[in-house]
Formats: sequence, structure tokens, C-alpha cells
Amino acid sequence: MTRYVMVADLNRCVGCQTCTAACKQTNATPPGVQWRKVLDIEMGEYPEVERLFMPVGCQHCSDPPCMEVCPSTATGQRDDGIVTIDYAICIGCSYCAVACPYQARYKVDTPRFSYGDTPTDSEAIRFDAGRIGVAQKCTFCADRVDAGLARGLTPGVAPDATPACANACIADALTFGDLEDPDSNVSRLLSEKSWFRMHEELGTDPGFYYLWDEK
Amino acid sequence: MSTTKLSRFGTAHQTNWDWRAAANFICGGAGSALLALSMLHAFPGPASGLATLLGLLLIGVGLACVWMEIGRPWRAFNVLFHPQTSWMTREAYVAALIVVLLAAQLVTGATVLGYAAGLAALLFLYAQARILKAARGIPAWRTPAVVPLVVATGLVEGMALLALLLAARGELTSTLVTVLFALVTVRAAAWMHYRRTLLAADTPQATRRTLEVMHRGVLFAGTVTPLALAAIAIVAPGSAALTGALAALGALGAGWHAKLLLVVCAAQVQGYAFGNKLRRGHPLAATR
Repeated sequence: MTRYVMVADLNRCVGCQTCTAACKQTNATPPGVQWRKVLDIEMGEYPEVERLFMPVGCQHCSDPPCMEVCPSTATGQRDDGIVTIDYAICIGCSYCAVACPYQARYKVDTPRFSYGDTPTDSEAIRFDAGRIGVAQKCTFCADRVDAGLARGLTPGVAPDATPACANACIADALTFGDLEDPDSNVSRLLSEKSWFRMHEELGTDPGFYYLWDEK
Repeated sequence: MSTTKLSRFGTAHQTNWDWRAAANFICGGAGSALLALSMLHAFPGPASGLATLLGLLLIGVGLACVWMEIGRPWRAFNVLFHPQTSWMTREAYVAALIVVLLAAQLVTGATVLGYAAGLAALLFLYAQARILKAARGIPAWRTPAVVPLVVATGLVEGMALLALLLAARGELTSTLVTVLFALVTVRAAAWMHYRRTLLAADTPQATRRTLEVMHRGVLFAGTVTPLALAAIAIVAPGSAALTGALAALGALGAGWHAKLLLVVCAAQVQGYAFGNKLRRGHPLAATR
């Protein structure tokens, strides 16, 4: 079995948002839609204040609340754990968006472009009318993963089989890989370092692990 | 800024469901309960055509509002694809079942089909409550306490509508007002339980503020006033039509107001948080 997960090292992330930009570039998401984003967090009270950066997005839960509530079966889950949306079936009811505890889902009802109503050349070429009025979210760049696998590449190791955000990270803070493979890069990181997952108490079994050496 | 490492941050108001979604819970809840209670009231005879029609119309208006909200309205029938786990799908099926049963009753004249539609209407109300509970991203909705609240307030609204219809025809009795009295009391208990549950949990501040507005509405306009008026109607049956109708109006308005706020204003998203368990070792180590 395979379960693809993402590991984000909070001690490494510098909040540069390169992953956010890479995601937008790769997936052609419109303004206001960020499948991958990095939160800039301040914690504590003066003078005991800490600042850190936290990449968030779809957690590709193994028990995804979005899939449970979806009335159209548009939200599905692959055998490798990646949670998907079939844009051709989705009715755009947004039930998945209110069921997701990670604020990972978006719905865009009318075309949006960076500079007003007229798309740039790039936006015009990459505009996907199928994404209008339906739910959308991070796919773990499933198309890249599949294309890489078809070429015999290892996701998380070969850039051509790895999500764009992990490829782009300048601090090597984002690592993608197979949790079920004990020798994978994510297994190694999780075995060696301390980690947590967000909102585990909600029973979603998220596939997004945060490495954190609390000081 | 978060004050502790374990507290949630980044909560915001959900913008996916607006007044149109609230209208489904308002109209659908009241309409389905009206259908069920009018059938019960008419037992063993057939229910009033007007009550049945109004109940059906309210359910239809609620579903039409949802239809206006979805991003791909011409794919609306895809809502039927996932009865295995989705309460939204189940709600749609039950709505269709209600229509089929009432149509069959109209054609055959078999009163029992009307009773079956009444039971289906109760199931519709329950499905609406479960729709909210399944929304794990919204703390104000996902609590199990929302289920008795939505069911109880739906029943109060249905009873209030029935009381108003009967009052208009001069048929509102103190017995019916007593039933309304009892249901309002049950709703107040469900509300107190719901509010207590949310206040004891890690509920976002904006939700807490909305809860206080809802509390005033449910408690005073929706409980104390109707109970006082209903008590007058019970001890002085001659005034039952007027005081009972006023009690029904208060109970109905407070219920609709509470549901509007619950869907539109109280629904802060979960937000983000650090895990409260920092662990070491491979996550699957225990299972290997």
C-alpha cells in the first residue's frame, strides 16, 4: 500500500511563500485562491513572543470529512490517499468547504483574473471553465505524481514526480513521500524528529505532518 | 495573536453558506414539522389540505433557496449520488419521498399515505439537523447538541404554524396550546444544553457573541413570552385563539431568528492550531 503525505518542518520554513507562488503557477489558481499557503504566526504575550511560519492546505486526510458529506461523490480518495475532486460531477454546494476543518477548499463562482476582467495571455491559455462554480483544493499535484510514476520515478525524490510546492521550497522545509514505505524520505524524517498533526482530535487522520523542535 | 501554543488562530466567518442556506433550515424545518404535526393532529382522519400544502410549499421554498446557492444548479440531481454517507443526499431523497407519498395520497385517497408522509417529514427534519452536525469545520454546527436543537426548534415552528392556521379558522383549542407550551419548553431545554456545550468548549469569540444574541431571542421572545401567553390561553380557554396565536408568533419568530443566526452569523470556521501532542517515532510504528 501507498499513502502519500506531506511533511512540513516548521523549524526550517522561513515564510518566503515560494511554495505558494509555485502552487499558483503550477495549478493556475485565480486571485484569492491559495491551495498552498503559509501562515505567519505570532505566539505568546510580550515579551515572550515567538514567530513562526506554517504551511497549510488540504491535509489529504485518510478519513476526510469533505468526502463523507459530499452529496455528489465528486470528492473521492485514491488508493494512495490523495483526496480528489471531480469537477465534472461537483454541484458546488460547498458542503465540503464547511466540513473541512482546515479551510482548504475554495469555490469561485465567476472568472477572476489578476488585472480586472481581462485575463493576461497566460491566464487566458490556462483558464479552466470546469473549475467555475465547483469546489477546488490542493491535489498534491496528482498529475505530476502520476506522470512521474509512469516514468518509473519516485514521488518525493524525483522533482518530476513531486508536488510543485515541495520542489520549490528554498529551505527544504516541505517533503513529500510515501508514509507506508519505511525507507522513504518522509518516514525517515518522522522517525527521527518530533512532530504533530493539526486537529487530530477531530478524527480526520490528516496526511500532513509538522516537524517541530519546541524550544 | 494567539496567547497559548495550543489555542486556535485564524478563525474567520464561513462565507460558503449564506441566507439561502439558512432559508432551507428555516423553511424546511418549519414546513416538515408542520406536515408531521398536522397529520398527527388530524389522526385518524386526513390532514387539512391547507396545512399540507403550506408544509410542502415551505420545504420546496427551502430547497429552491439551496438550488439558487449552488454553483452548478443544472447538475442539481447529482445531489442524489451519495446516500451512503451524505445527509444532504438523504435529505433530498426524503424530500422526494414526501412528494411521492402526498401525490399518491391525492390520487388514491388513502389517508395512511399521508401519515407515511408525516413520518418522512420528521425524517427530513432529522436529516437537516444531521447536515449541520456533519460539518466538522464549524464548531457551532458540529456539536451533537445541535441535533436536538434543530429538531426541537423545527417542531416548535411547525406547531406554531399549525396553531396559527387553526386560530385563523377559530379552531385553536387549549389542548393544542398546551402542546405548543410543552414543545417550547423542550426547545428551551435543547437550547440551554446547546449553549452550555459550546460555552464550555473552545468556541471562537465571534460565535460566543452571536450565542448571546441568540440566547436573548430564544429565551425571551421564544420561550418566556410564548409560555406566559400560552399559560393564559390554557387557564382562560376563551382567549385561546388570540393569546395562543400570539404565543405561536413569538415561538415561530424566535426559532427562525435563531436558525438564521446559527447559519449566517455563528458559523466561525475551525481555524488553525498546533497539535496538542508532540510525538516522536514513525506514525505507523505501532501498527507494524
